[in-house]
Amino acid sequence: MKLLRDTWLVFQRQVLIMIRTPVWIAVGILQPLCYLLLFAPLLKSALATSGAHSYADAYRIYVPGLLSALALMGGLFTGFALLGELRAGIVERSRVTPVSRVALLLGRALREVVALLIQALLVTLLALPFGLTVRPLYLLLAFLLLGLTALMASSVSYGLALLVGGDAALGPVVNTIAQPLALLSGTLLPLALAPHWLRTAADWNPCYWAVEGMRALFAGDAGAPAVWRALALMAGLTALAVAWSARLFARRIR
Amino acid sequence: MIVTQGLRKSFATRGGRGTPVDAVRGIDLTVGPGEIFGVLGPNGAGKTTTLRMLATLVRPDGGEAVVAGADLRAEPATVRRRIGYVAQGGGTADAVTAREELVLQARMYGIGKAEAVARAGEAMEAFGLGEFGDRPCGTYSGGQRRRVDLALGVIHRPRLLFLDEPTVGLDPPSRAQVWEQIRRLRADGMTVLVSTHYLEEADGLCDRIGIVDHGRVVAEGTPEQLKKEIAGDAVGLVLRPGDRPRAEEVLRPLEWVSGVETAGGDGADDGNEGDGQPPELRLYVDDAPSALPQLLRVLQAAGVDPVLVQLRRPSLDDVFLARTGRPLDQD
Repeated sequence: MKLLRDTWLVFQRQVLIMIRTPVWIAVGILQPLCYLLLFAPLLKSALATSGAHSYADAYRIYVPGLLSALALMGGLFTGFALLGELRAGIVERSRVTPVSRVALLLGRALREVVALLIQALLVTLLALPFGLTVRPLYLLLAFLLLGLTALMASSVSYGLALLVGGDAALGPVVNTIAQPLALLSGTLLPLALAPHWLRTAADWNPCYWAVEGMRALFAGDAGAPAVWRALALMAGLTALAVAWSARLFARRIR
Repeated sequence: MIVTQGLRKSFATRGGRGTPVDAVRGIDLTVGPGEIFGVLGPNGAGKTTTLRMLATLVRPDGGEAVVAGADLRAEPATVRRRIGYVAQGGGTADAVTAREELVLQARMYGIGKAEAVARAGEAMEAFGLGEFGDRPCGTYSGGQRRRVDLALGVIHRPRLLFLDEPTVGLDPPSRAQVWEQIRRLRADGMTVLVSTHYLEEADGLCDRIGIVDHGRVVAEGTPEQLKKEIAGDAVGLVLRPGDRPRAEEVLRPLEWVSGVETAGGDGADDGNEGDGQPPELRLYVDDAPSALPQLLRVLQAAGVDPVLVQLRRPSLDDVFLARTGRPLDQD
């Protein structure tokens, strides 16, 4: 109960800060829009071999990947915000109170999840005029998957931020992790185009399964094994990531 | 209110290699209820680490402490509920207002929403935040920010408040205001532990002080007691460049001179002024008025002609100098 209350407190506060910082919101909206409007049109011809014969087909393949990438990258880079708050003494001010340590982590991560889901909703809505179609129930499942991805990625990022401790070091570390994860999950181009060895490598990347699950949901194929596999994998990984990060938080930020 | 014994903490150097740095080597302090206690020491003496340990932010490596009636190591959660802590840099977010911060802080202490809003209103009044407290914190001056930090630190009405360098970087009027607020808190029955490297702050604000150097308490008492312990008076000699070695040579052996130290200036005897004050050779004697003529005779015989001779009552700087062999305000 206390955990819920405290998480809600921290979450509210983080949302308030986000609303008061319009630059974040502007960047958060502009970035995915650029991908959607400036990159996606190339895809009709590029994805022809994957069975994209119309813009609608291209967007059906591309949008779920873009959303997954947003959740993954957006989440992985939130550690910087935590470092800023640590430097400003804001975290320390919470630490002297009896507020739950896990709530300090969860409240922040959930703000990130909500922000990313709003971005994702925006992208989805804007893709509709281009012919993207998706059933509301499947979209809900897709967003659950996205939310889990974002929660996992931000927890990992907070953990890394605590371990690494500085902006200068966190950048390269996050990039080193994010780049292969994103490339090996076929976020931008489906890995069906990839040579065999690359696909074998991707099989071992949980994010690949998350993207495959997203694509299946957008393709209207909720029964595909990729969907339940993705949900199960991400749920498990998210639980692990939150547990790991919360433990670090509790230990470093007593 | 606080009793510590042999509190220590060392930090691993980056990467965990190399020898750990002993930040605090053994702090023994006793702070009584209702007093303003000052931890005085130079930068890097271990003041902040000491405060952070007592405020449950850093786990001590060794030693014992009872803080606000609870054992620091065994019951940190109880300690946490009973104390307030204000870090040196404060900790407000630029985008939110003081009132919002106050409500949040109260709620983090488990206070209900209505009560938290009421307390934030009271605190706004008590700390004079009314004029600016509904604007974002990012727009405040240093003094305004500090008042907000203080209000945040006591929103849950703790018995004991820790303030880490509460007036660092403030202009004199703001500093006076902060002192006034701290005295008001004591009048309300709160015990306040302040760390500082300002002599005037230790002398003027604190009821009792502990002088800390290299992670140890080298003296503890009221400012008056500590100054009295410096036997006799201090005499400051400003000398011509180059005269100092000769002067020290003839003065040190004298029986009636109990100490010879260098203070002020930039430490180097090059005639350049480090901090606007000429370097000074400081002597401690039992009775300055009778010692002065003798002193001048000795110096003259040695061919040293002082530029300036000043008599001074011992200050806390002299106490620090006497206990550590170094002046405090060298940074």
